Amino acid sequence: MYDIIQHRRWYYIFSTLVIIPGLAIMIYSMVTIGTPFRLAIDFTGGSLWELRFERPIPPGDMVSFFQSQGINDANVHTIGDEYTLVIRTKPLSPEEKQTLLQAMEAHFGQKPEELQFRAVGPTVGKEVTRTAFIAVVLASFVILGFIIWAFRQVDHPFRYGVSAIIAMIHDILVASAFFSLMGFLSGWEVDALFLTALLTVIGFSVQDTIVVFDRIRENSRRRKGEPFEVLANRSLLETMQRSIATQINAMFVMIALLLFGGVTIRQFIATMFVGMLSGTYSSIFIATPLLVSWNNREGIFGWFGGKKKVRAKNASA
Amino acid sequence: MQSRNNLILVLILLLILLAGYIALPIDHPDWFIRIVAPHQKGDPNALTLRLGLDLQGGTQIQLMPDLPAGQTATADDLERARAIIERRVNGLGVSESLVQTGKDRIIVALPGVKDPDAAIETLRSTGQLEFVDLGSNPEGLGAGDQINTTLGEAPNPVSDKTYETIMTGDKLKNVDVRRNANTQKPYIAFELTKEGSRIFGDYSGSHIGQFLAIVMDKTILSAPVIKAKITDAGIIEGDFTLEEAQNLAIQMKYGALPVPLKVVDVRTVGPSLGEDSVRRSLLAGTIGVIVVLLFMFAYYRLPGLLADLALIGFVAFNMALYKIIPVVLTLPGIAGFLLTTGTAVDANILIFERMREELRAGRSLPSAVEAGFSRAWTSILDSNLSTILTGLILLYFGSNFGASVVQGFAITLIIGVLVSMFTAVFATRTFMRFLIQHFAEPLKDKLSWFSI
Repeated sequence: MYDIIQHRRWYYIFSTLVIIPGLAIMIYSMVTIGTPFRLAIDFTGGSLWELRFERPIPPGDMVSFFQSQGINDANVHTIGDEYTLVIRTKPLSPEEKQTLLQAMEAHFGQKPEELQFRAVGPTVGKEVTRTAFIAVVLASFVILGFIIWAFRQVDHPFRYGVSAIIAMIHDILVASAFFSLMGFLSGWEVDALFLTALLTVIGFSVQDTIVVFDRIRENSRRRKGEPFEVLANRSLLETMQRSIATQINAMFVMIALLLFGGVTIRQFIATMFVGMLSGTYSSIFIATPLLVSWNNREGIFGWFGGKKKVRAKNASA
Repeated sequence: MQSRNNLILVLILLLILLAGYIALPIDHPDWFIRIVAPHQKGDPNALTLRLGLDLQGGTQIQLMPDLPAGQTATADDLERARAIIERRVNGLGVSESLVQTGKDRIIVALPGVKDPDAAIETLRSTGQLEFVDLGSNPEGLGAGDQINTTLGEAPNPVSDKTYETIMTGDKLKNVDVRRNANTQKPYIAFELTKEGSRIFGDYSGSHIGQFLAIVMDKTILSAPVIKAKITDAGIIEGDFTLEEAQNLAIQMKYGALPVPLKVVDVRTVGPSLGEDSVRRSLLAGTIGVIVVLLFMFAYYRLPGLLADLALIGFVAFNMALYKIIPVVLTLPGIAGFLLTTGTAVDANILIFERMREELRAGRSLPSAVEAGFSRAWTSILDSNLSTILTGLILLYFGSNFGASVVQGFAITLIIGVLVSMFTAVFATRTFMRFLIQHFAEPLKDKLSWFSI
């Protein structure tokens, strides 16, 4: 039987090596722009205006046009092609919008087509941030509670819950780091959909972990007396096929959405994609190894009680 | 046992056919709608797929009470404001519009609206209607001029003079637009409440020949001359077109809001972007589902083929449920649905992997099939419950601040997971049992069909 579990230190090191640079990006972002991610107008308030022109208009020209209209905080970039501009400003009222549209037509000699417009008042943003934070914390606790309940008949249900939550935080950190990085590379901004992606990653990450834990639960009933390390390893190998097959299917769907789906949800899908990859990885290489480490009181788990060295070397290999 | 399974199989196949029929983009006959979706009876859009603003184009507006610090609007204020806004929206003639109250706000969805900015203007106007005494109108005031009244000052009054308000709009009972039988010119007919009749009777009786201004939010809508004493009912004649008369009537009728409102969030999607999104989502969805179907067959062979049948049923059931409930489909909603096809397939993968294990361990085909289903069930249930819990939190999170994008995703996710438990577990098991019962002998030596 191939022993995945014995290399657990390497998995911890690998994940740390992925997460630390991610955290560094977020901290760098905190220092430079004040938040770990670029925030969309959902949180900051403001207007986002997507306009398509018949002739390409350089973003710089649009910025100076807005300045000539007395709006100095306009941030303009192209999206998709050079005909489509995304303009971000302070919240615009319908009257201001109409005035700007007319002035734009006069200035550029063409009337743009309005693809999308969104305006959020400044007070709403704070509230959204608060609700979002509550939602993520609430989700973590509900899932912790659920796992402890679902594994109530096994020894140490709390360990299962905590290990699953650590794996979940791992996935949130990986997805967040990815998003923060993309914020620097392509200007991605955190909006309500990013939070939805995170919460979905939480749901699916736990789903993967539960499938493995479930097998441990079953095997521990059937194979009483087998060392936990061997039992955990056996359960991992038995569920590996499923984890891979499921992940491949999810990838097919998400790649189809990324390649052919609507442009507006591309960031959402990409974040989910990274998060789910991390979810499958963490259910195999983080959650279950953590259970074993905890059982053997290794490293920081030694603080939770007396040292108990269980070194069952591949009893059934 | 065997005949019972056959019966269930027939029922499942009939249900899939029924769902497929509901999912078809056709006009369903009335009697059919009455049976399948009695709550949509009489709705012209009954059993059609409802598309959200991001797919159809349109505007969503969130309005919040605009009160000085310290003052708060009660739930009752909000509900009354919602009712008035709803009537104003209906006045705009946008089909399928939706006006809801959130915790502290009113959310207005105007799918397919042509001029969102004008619509926002109509909704947002506080709509305080006053009848103001202009006397002999020495300043020559008319429609469009702003004036100060005894109830408050105008933002840009034409003069510093303050005019006396006789009555406010809440004393109007009914307002209608009619046409003069001879000249065909439109005029407005109104009725007054009892108290209104008394106030207006006293005033109009003693002010014949003088000007009366109908003022909305300090702006004069019309300034007719009083021709006779008006008690319980009267008419306003003027030089307006039918459309102007109708607008005036709507404003008189649905005027006063209990609290002033401010627009806190506007989301407009142009129709071309919506169409593009629909086209892309259809393409992405079709490709995604086909690849999954192929993968399941290639990887699991015969059981995979049955899972594919169940997956087709899954798609049909979801579509049918979206139409029956009805669910408004959004872009994230479509993503949610496609993700749950993954969940549906995952349940089958769990089961088939288990079956393989049991077959490799030397079990007979029928007992391996049964063991596969019963052993995988706890994993499927536990993992799906965790997804449903997350979905419910998302739903709560989304409804709390009007993020319909989040709600759309959560709803399709929850429905998808629930349906997947039926199709991927119950339906696939029925198919498998049928196969085992009727073809156990020929299949015995064909374990390769089970990818062993």
